[in-house]
Amino acid sequence: MKKLKSTLPNMAIVLTLISVLAGGILAYVNSVTKGPIAQLKEKNLADGIKAVLNAQDLKVQDSKTLDAGDVLYITDKGTAVKTITNGFGGALTVLVGFDNDGNIQGYQVLEHAETPGLGAKAGDWFQKDAKGDIIGKNPGEKELTVSKDGGDVDAITASTITSRAFLLAINNAYKSFKNAEVAAPAIEEKTVSAEPATEETTNE
Amino acid sequence: MAYILIFITAIFVNNIVLSQFLGICPFLGVSKKVETAAGMGAAVAFVLTIATIVTYLIQKYVLEAFQLEYLQTIAFILVIASLVQMVEIILKKVSPALYQALGVFLPLITTNCCILGVAILVANGTYASYNVEPSLLTGVVYAFSTALGFGLAMIVFAGIREQLSMVNIPKGMQGMAIALVTAGLLAMAFMGFSGVDGGLRQLFGI
Amino acid sequence: MSNFKVFMNGLVKENPTFVLLLGMCPTLGTTSSAFNGMSMGLATTAVLVFSNIIISLIKNVIPDMVRIPSFIVVIASLVTILQMVLQAYVPTVYESLGLFIPLIVVNCIILGRAEAFAAKNSAVSSLFDGLGMGLGFTWALTLLGATREFLGTGKIFDFTIFPEEYGMLLFVLAPGAFIALGYLLAIVNKIRKA
Repeated sequence: MKKLKSTLPNMAIVLTLISVLAGGILAYVNSVTKGPIAQLKEKNLADGIKAVLNAQDLKVQDSKTLDAGDVLYITDKGTAVKTITNGFGGALTVLVGFDNDGNIQGYQVLEHAETPGLGAKAGDWFQKDAKGDIIGKNPGEKELTVSKDGGDVDAITASTITSRAFLLAINNAYKSFKNAEVAAPAIEEKTVSAEPATEETTNE
Repeated sequence: MAYILIFITAIFVNNIVLSQFLGICPFLGVSKKVETAAGMGAAVAFVLTIATIVTYLIQKYVLEAFQLEYLQTIAFILVIASLVQMVEIILKKVSPALYQALGVFLPLITTNCCILGVAILVANGTYASYNVEPSLLTGVVYAFSTALGFGLAMIVFAGIREQLSMVNIPKGMQGMAIALVTAGLLAMAFMGFSGVDGGLRQLFGI
Repeated sequence: MSNFKVFMNGLVKENPTFVLLLGMCPTLGTTSSAFNGMSMGLATTAVLVFSNIIISLIKNVIPDMVRIPSFIVVIASLVTILQMVLQAYVPTVYESLGLFIPLIVVNCIILGRAEAFAAKNSAVSSLFDGLGMGLGFTWALTLLGATREFLGTGKIFDFTIFPEEYGMLLFVLAPGAFIALGYLLAIVNKIRKA
């Protein structure tokens, strides 16, 4: 086949054809992959909530976004809170799970820009039975701080700033969890109002 | 204050070449002399700022408006390529002096990945820290500071290479090998700035 | 040139990383571990092979003056397809490579091979050229990634060789990328001259 000459109509037709073809193919691939991508995102969040609440299966009953930007996922096994603070290298996004008394059930670092090999260890460092174990602690009884600041959590070696930022995120998450409980006691009230009623029946 | 923070962070802390690895090709390719390095830096600053504005507007008013986000890469690279051509033609007509200085570098800029990279970062709003709201203005400040950071890295690196060309270097290390090791040392020096943004943030109360 | 020779040319003789010194941004930016380097190399190989085949098939219907824009549209479409497929089916790779996936578009190797090889040769030999160049890029990136991971954390492909505490963390960080590639290049230069 002979090569097409570079005349204006030739060039215009070829460029348009290629662009339209490319656009069409991309639109098709987009429509195919859109579903799986959205599903994956949902599944990731659901898995994260399950992991930090230490539960195999749970139901998310309600989710709300607070003024500070924290997001609460209220489930039948406890509450997961997504919160952001400034780490050493940028934003540090953590998902923390609390049971109904405010004890930490688990956590996951969702996004971070900490130094690899140093601050980036936060994902494992504070887990159960690791060096800086915070699982089971209750930030309401005593605010979590690193031992350098008089607290009882061991900071990541050579990464005090990341450790401080991480514990700040946990404390903030706890505050959001508590505030939301005070602000929206709708679920609590029902159980409270149900109690006197049963008492009355037993009295009689 | 947020603009000063973006400015300093983009130039020193997250230097586009030495810590983000964008724009390495011109960084290694045209850094033998300080003069050419400065020319390349200026050309990048010019194109990067304009390209960021144009691609940001395209992202907001064309791609997002018609839900065509998946055409981002293809749209941006075509816009950047034609923009570079246009800048070249306009510069030739309007300011021959400036064209003389920047002209040779312009064709090289289309394949400079820091232009497309920064355009994508700004359009997706992933360049700013979470408490700085992404907008056109912060995007432009970020793009311009990034370009200054690129220019700074280029000029400093070219200065070192000019000195290096006068000394004896072991045979195997000659050429690109010693240039890369030098760049590594420079990157190490720039690592000294890490954490500065955190301090500034406290200072400014952001 | 036989197809085997074309293939070996990219793999060794004109290796894009160690000999042609092309595509330095992903080479340095994604090689913090052997796995990341290999993923980036394979992603680039996929785009390179398809772009080479498509461009050599359509080379005769493209007028010379709009050659480059047409090539760019083809390459950018392939990259976008790759991006969507990775995001949907291999999300871990998509996340670890991040911005460097769309930036495959401006990787000089791809446009360079389209211009220098695919626009002049048949589809079959373009396929072998793409494979050779792509895998040449892949092994170079994997080697650099493995070097950095080994020196920095004592692991290769997450397999521990010595305890992490003794690693030189610098090699995982930005400066280590430059320094490791510099010394690897010196070693390759030495071997090639010998």
